[in-house]
Amino acid sequence: MSTKCSAEPVIQIRDLVFERGNRAIFDHVNIDIPRGGITAIMGPSGTGKTTLLRLITGQLCPSSGEVRVDGLPVQALRTRELYALRMRMGMLFQEGALLTDLSVFENVAFPVREHTDLSAALVRNLVLMTLQAVGLRGAAEKMPAELSGGMARRVALARAIVMGPEFIFYDEPFTGLDPISLGAVVRLIRRLNHTLNLTTVIVSHDVGVVEEVADCTYLISDGQVVARGTPEELRRNRSEWVRQFMDGLAEGPVPFHLPGTDYARALLEERE
Amino acid sequence: MLAEPTHLRRRVRTSLAGFGAAGLFSLRVMALSPRALLRPRLVIEQVYSLGSRSVTLVGFAGLFVGLVLALQLYGVLGRFGATSSLGPVVSVAVLRELGPVIAALLYAGRAGTALASEIGLMRTTEQLSAMEMMAIDPVNRVVTPRFVGGFIAVPVLTLIFDFLAILGAWVVAVKMMDMDAGVFWGQMHATVNFLDDFINGIIKSAVFGLAVNLIAVYEGFTSLSTADGVARATTRTVVISSLAVLIFDFMLTAFMFRGI
Repeated sequence: MSTKCSAEPVIQIRDLVFERGNRAIFDHVNIDIPRGGITAIMGPSGTGKTTLLRLITGQLCPSSGEVRVDGLPVQALRTRELYALRMRMGMLFQEGALLTDLSVFENVAFPVREHTDLSAALVRNLVLMTLQAVGLRGAAEKMPAELSGGMARRVALARAIVMGPEFIFYDEPFTGLDPISLGAVVRLIRRLNHTLNLTTVIVSHDVGVVEEVADCTYLISDGQVVARGTPEELRRNRSEWVRQFMDGLAEGPVPFHLPGTDYARALLEERE
Repeated sequence: MLAEPTHLRRRVRTSLAGFGAAGLFSLRVMALSPRALLRPRLVIEQVYSLGSRSVTLVGFAGLFVGLVLALQLYGVLGRFGATSSLGPVVSVAVLRELGPVIAALLYAGRAGTALASEIGLMRTTEQLSAMEMMAIDPVNRVVTPRFVGGFIAVPVLTLIFDFLAILGAWVVAVKMMDMDAGVFWGQMHATVNFLDDFINGIIKSAVFGLAVNLIAVYEGFTSLSTADGVARATTRTVVISSLAVLIFDFMLTAFMFRGI
């Protein structure tokens, strides 16, 4: 195991079980996320990657098991303690989740104004510096509806980092981006992780981009961790499941067809 | 067909749980509301968005209710030689009943739906989750300023309705039917009781404002994160608020005006 993947874990998930209805989304899952690196959680659509982020950030409660962030048991925290922990976290939602009635500037200033009493001049400088970091100082006066998907995500990233978090979580940050925006987002994720010394967790199913950016990757499927390692280690992994996912093969352990009743019988029933 | 007992039991349990959740949410919103007044800018924005933007609709409704009421009553009262009672009858009807009830129903349709769909869409587009992740309580930041703003707006809209309805009645009686203005205002002045008619009407409108705004914010806040979920929240807001206004109106009338 590489040093990046086996560095001191700052987020520890132990024996996590999460059920929705009768279906187990996670079945006794164990994950260690190392401090200071970029960890990617990958898996096919619908495997519960976003749910995992919501469990780590305390937006959901597991059926059993524990999530610890920097030693703190997330689900056992009181609301005030949870909010104190979230002050140390930033999260980039899949669609940005910008506040649609506020301008780009006001969106980035929002957490600063809510949590601090900084003067207007300081808030302005802080926001402009953060927008400059994501390359969108020129869009400060625009409204979210005027932004492209890539730009909205960069603004959301600026909002996520403006309070100087220690952890940052990205939910499918690469989905639906054109190559230029994709390049910009990938570069930003790397640069922010390095310069702000963040612990980054990326949830994605974009194999190519994740290989480029992640230090450590977990592959999850059917509620279980099926592989863990650096991109290099996963490339060398001969497991059928890992090969199907990493190489994008239609045939393999993950069936193309969802399990259902017998095909011929279903057609005949329809005719009857 | 009769529902199966287990199915029925589950439905009763779900309904009771729903009532409980709505009750707890309402208590939380009301307990946190005084804090919203510490940020008056947020509340004023909502008074404008929910109240000021409803003035045209409520004002028009008030004016035309007054015009029509006076036209109808002038003929009916004329049969008994009691046209001089037009002012008192219109003003009592408007101040006690029509003003608070119609203003609240119109508010539920115009602003309550906007409130529910706005908060519902914030839920759908993860804006509320984003706030929670920024360690900002969405009930404090989003719900209570809207609730307080709406709660202030409803009695003010009722006052506007009352004023324009009585003005409409004056136009018909004095300007169209040549009734003596002194009789119109004098009779009204002599009959209308400030506490029984005017203040009780405003208390009613405050209760309606409380109910409609709580229902709207609850429906929006708990709506499902789908287009259908937001549509349902909006519809439920109008239906439940309208029923609540009518039921509360009966209860308050029985309590306030029995024998008066």
